[in-house]
Amino acid sequence: MYELVPTGGMSIPQIDAHSLLALATSPLARLGALDIAVIVIYFAMVIWIGFYLKGQANTSEEFFMAGREMTAWIAGLSFVSANLGSLELMGWAGSAYQYGILAAHWYWIGAIPAMLFLGMVMMPFYYVCKTHSVPGYLKLRYGQGASVVSAISFAFMTVLMSGVNMFAMAEVMKVVLGWDLNFSIIVSSLAVAAYVALGGLRSAIFNEVLQFMLIWGGALLVPIIGMVETGGWNGFKARLAHNIESGAIAGGDYTHMWRSMGHFTDNPMGIHWTGIVFGLGFAISFGYWTTDFLVVQRVLAAQNLRAARMAPVIGSFFKMAVPFIVILPGLLGLVVLQNPNGTLMHLVPQNLATEGSGLHSYNEVLPLMMVRYMSPGLLGLGITALIAGFMSGMAGNVSAFSAVWTYDIYQPLIKKNASDEHLVTVGRWATILGVVVSIGTAYLVMSAAGIMDYVQALFSFFISPLLGVVLVGMFWRRATKAGGFWGLLLGTLTSVGLWAWVKADPSALRYVAISPDAKDMAENMYRALWSVIVAILVNVIVSLATTPKPAAELEGLVYGATKIPKEDPVPIYKNEWFWTAIAIVMFCALNVYFW
Amino acid sequence: MSTSGHSSIWFFIGILLTAYGAMIFCYGLYELATGHLANVVLANLHAPVWWGGGMLILGLFYGIRFRPGRNG
Repeated sequence: MYELVPTGGMSIPQIDAHSLLALATSPLARLGALDIAVIVIYFAMVIWIGFYLKGQANTSEEFFMAGREMTAWIAGLSFVSANLGSLELMGWAGSAYQYGILAAHWYWIGAIPAMLFLGMVMMPFYYVCKTHSVPGYLKLRYGQGASVVSAISFAFMTVLMSGVNMFAMAEVMKVVLGWDLNFSIIVSSLAVAAYVALGGLRSAIFNEVLQFMLIWGGALLVPIIGMVETGGWNGFKARLAHNIESGAIAGGDYTHMWRSMGHFTDNPMGIHWTGIVFGLGFAISFGYWTTDFLVVQRVLAAQNLRAARMAPVIGSFFKMAVPFIVILPGLLGLVVLQNPNGTLMHLVPQNLATEGSGLHSYNEVLPLMMVRYMSPGLLGLGITALIAGFMSGMAGNVSAFSAVWTYDIYQPLIKKNASDEHLVTVGRWATILGVVVSIGTAYLVMSAAGIMDYVQALFSFFISPLLGVVLVGMFWRRATKAGGFWGLLLGTLTSVGLWAWVKADPSALRYVAISPDAKDMAENMYRALWSVIVAILVNVIVSLATTPKPAAELEGLVYGATKIPKEDPVPIYKNEWFWTAIAIVMFCALNVYFW
Repeated sequence: MSTSGHSSIWFFIGILLTAYGAMIFCYGLYELATGHLANVVLANLHAPVWWGGGMLILGLFYGIRFRPGRNG
């Protein structure tokens, strides 16, 4: 169905449309009337929310920034939910089945340090300068050039990604439920267009929080019942060891995260701890969580600076918990999934799970686990959670596209003196345009599955170089307009160049990842690392050769030139530093426990 | 999120959880009463009863606590 290829800070599973269509003749699940009712109620609710919020999206600040009145909890849940799409859930559950708990790296070191850094270190600058977007920050710090490059690439990629999400949802619904592709695309796009065009970012955020609750309500039951069935974590490990000993499943360390990271050949992913720590934990993760406007937009909508700083911290706790509803079901699938004749079920790579083979792919492990444990109503809830995840992914992309198009492309380049009312109208039409382009992308991907590889790779090209440029600009006064522009451009070209090199000559991976034993996953990590290094170096070198901005123009944008507003004292249980410390301790404890 | 006098997102979540909780809980009661268990593993745990019941209680709490017109 799809294979995991981490791009940006998140993994985006790739879908082989033709394999999926071949599999679609026998759906995994059959829904009853109660399940259908659960799904229909969800659609009715999101449309209701859209109409209800229409009256609260009259000004540009309300439409694009949700009035900047979100509480820390809502901004935090929305922030983490924007990255909790159904493709990620299903793909990483499949990855856990295939590789074991190594997959949790993408949820812990691949997210938590970056989220806490955003909240505690970077958020004050984003928030104090009152930017509407990340390209907006680049405009203030580096001028129009870097901002326009960033805005156009981001806008282009978000609508394409929305289309990819739409197509993926249609495909998954076809495989899991046997639904018609066109039906899924039309219903989901109409619903997303309606609720985002009506309620703007506020509507997207509301639905993300709704999706968050649905995902937990719909998916948490699987690991709970799974743990009961296996007799807890120790019981699971005993059954796993027995299956490995008897040769029922492939040998390997499925329950430790760091022990096999000493060399590329020691783990099935073919990665090394330097790639995980510096590539995933820094270049990819920081790039995604601190500079991708799709997620940062949610935090910028917070009601005050303290809420904006607390939001990523709150999000980090839930992010740490996500492996329990994603990785754990994948692991449990190794020991509990059975064929109809009672033998242990073996999931296989997508290319082997063809029509008539009777086999299921790794990525079907989550739906299979749902079908195993969930009775009528609960199954509908689980499926609704998947649908909500897809739709929320589309809505997040479309709402971010609308804001960047209006503020960072339309206003500066097309109509400089547009009225506020005009901007809202442009935003609403941009939302509809975004959905229309998404539908076009969905059908384009449907007709040529290979296009998806390129769309997802394109998305990853811009994130890490942007991190290099934002970090230098935020923490070094001397960085100049030319430095930012050339850093972004050459960092991006480095990423594109390395990707093309490995695509043309797969053996080049040994140079990109500095090891002949590296596998595909390592390529992404090291490519991100090289591109961020190039972006930083070029920015620094060009800046030293050009004239810096006067210090007075850096107020609110750069560390050392910005007076951070003093916050009112609060009890310790409301203090963001206290919760950051708790998050760090929990993050360390989880890594040590599963070392 | 009810700072501007509008309904909070938690109210909508309360409504949805209440509806889902009631439906799933009632189905669970039907299973208990009739003994017709769904064809799923560990159906004897009666997950729809306690999971649906939990959602119903949570939904009612949020729906009432964050109902329109009440500061929350």
